[in-house]
Amino acid sequence: MFFLLDPFFYEIVISGLLAGVMYALVALGFVLIFKASGIFNFSQGVLALFAALTLVGFQTGQIPFAHLLSLFGFHVTHWGAGFPTVIAILFSLFVMIGLAWLIVQIVLKPLVNQEGIILFMATIGLAYVLEGVGDLMWGANVKMLDVGLPKGPSEFILDTTDMFIDKLEISAAVVAIILVVVLTLFSAYTKMGRALRAVADDHQAALSVGISLETIWWIVWSVSGIVALVAGVMWGAKSGVQFSLSLIALKALPVLMLGGFTSIPGAIIGGLMIGLGEKLFEFYIGPMIGGATENWFAYMLALLFLLFRPQGLFGEKIIERV
Amino acid sequence: MNDVNQKMPIMESQERTFGAPILEIKNITMRFGGVVAIQDISFDILQGEVRAIIGPNGAGKSSMLNVINGFYHPQEGEIWFGGEKRSPMKPYQIAYQGIARTFQNIALFRGMSTLDNIMTGRFTHMKTGVLSQVIWRGAAEKEEYENREIVEKVIDFLDIQTIRKTEVGKLPYGLQKRVELGRALAAEPKLLLLDEPMAGMNVEEKEDMSRFILDVNDEFGTTVALIEHDMGVVMDIADRVVVMDYGKKIGDDTPENILKNQDVIDAYLGVAHD
Repeated sequence: MFFLLDPFFYEIVISGLLAGVMYALVALGFVLIFKASGIFNFSQGVLALFAALTLVGFQTGQIPFAHLLSLFGFHVTHWGAGFPTVIAILFSLFVMIGLAWLIVQIVLKPLVNQEGIILFMATIGLAYVLEGVGDLMWGANVKMLDVGLPKGPSEFILDTTDMFIDKLEISAAVVAIILVVVLTLFSAYTKMGRALRAVADDHQAALSVGISLETIWWIVWSVSGIVALVAGVMWGAKSGVQFSLSLIALKALPVLMLGGFTSIPGAIIGGLMIGLGEKLFEFYIGPMIGGATENWFAYMLALLFLLFRPQGLFGEKIIERV
Repeated sequence: MNDVNQKMPIMESQERTFGAPILEIKNITMRFGGVVAIQDISFDILQGEVRAIIGPNGAGKSSMLNVINGFYHPQEGEIWFGGEKRSPMKPYQIAYQGIARTFQNIALFRGMSTLDNIMTGRFTHMKTGVLSQVIWRGAAEKEEYENREIVEKVIDFLDIQTIRKTEVGKLPYGLQKRVELGRALAAEPKLLLLDEPMAGMNVEEKEDMSRFILDVNDEFGTTVALIEHDMGVVMDIADRVVVMDYGKKIGDDTPENILKNQDVIDAYLGVAHD
């Protein structure tokens, strides 16, 4: 067990855990929507992208739909000044909440009593629409995102333990953990949290108790949109805001398989396991089988779970008394 | 045919006075494609009374409750609640008006505990918005505690303290029915709609349920409309009865008179045995 003495081992572990938290952040958006409305939101990754694009747009003072307007001879792309970061974040929040309302009115309401698969297809359509609108509004060039989060290796840790740990990843981890704690408490102890769980359980009963399905859906999609904004910001700060950002949603799937589709803490645990497993596997077993295992390890792990424990570690057990 | 039930009547005979009609059903017709579930039915429910709706299976009783509750929208007819004509409303808006109900096949939130289920019954009484709940301090917390106190009273009233934290999906049928009643009671409704509240219960459990219903009616003046198959229970606790058969109303009277109604006997009660 000599590797436990190797400090590099701990660096990998911490790096893996931090990466896992980033995955969990994306998975959280899926869990919220699935928990409250039984829909698997294919557009969650695109929501993160759109949120990040909007934030950069506000920050840099972009004119929305500038490319479209240029077709009419209007060639200005920027106002000249952007909003300060905090204001830009606030405006982006409003945009995501407004977008959630639009999604409820245009996509969810008309499809209220349809099968889950139909709603899933609707979210696929939504993903493509949002991607296109994002491109039209803010342009498809890669943008740098800087919200003032600390960057670069943490000198303190580097000096004391010789480990290279990115400060950005630490900040992301802290934010993600706070989000998970807040959301878990909210779901368990507040009136709205109860209402969310009620809607997830039985629509008819929820209606008869006075809960408006539309309002709940709007709240859930807004919260998911805010989570998407956080995820988009974190990933965007790490590797720039580009359209491949929406692919982070794919990494969330194994996290959901492990953690269960309906558990908020499960998203974090699943994310940690995937992140940790990925890095360890890549470093220790990777060289023996040709490397580049990070691409597929998560899915292999998810496949194993599907075979032996499909509801994940924390997914809801079906409670029925026969 | 002297006395349908030989045991002691739960309610003493006394003069019961009622107020103005709290609910008026006027010429309601409800169709599902070619099937006419409810055909031109009119009746009223007076403030403070216990109204039973009886009839053979498939008569349209549950559909009637669904119309009152807002889940079905009748093609014809009017519904008047509290003296005012009711425009087409969603079920959750009707909950705010003061109508609460239980369901025939139990519609509890299976993944939640008894306590949480009954707390959802308080939803229409809790006013704080989402933002103040995220911040939690002050208004939302106070409201949560106040409503929790009321829910605890309901739990005491129904004697279900031992199962407060149990997931309701794991409870036996009779207890689930009681929890569902608790959730409806927690809403402090003006009109309580009960869909076969005694189904699947033995004599003792039925007596308990009857006692709960009568206490609620007595102490809080809650008007109760219940669908029920046990004629003994109907005789004991109902003030007036509506009889439905194949979507039509075939009787609307006190329990004693209903027993003598030939149409009702032919359709539903059958011949009494001594």
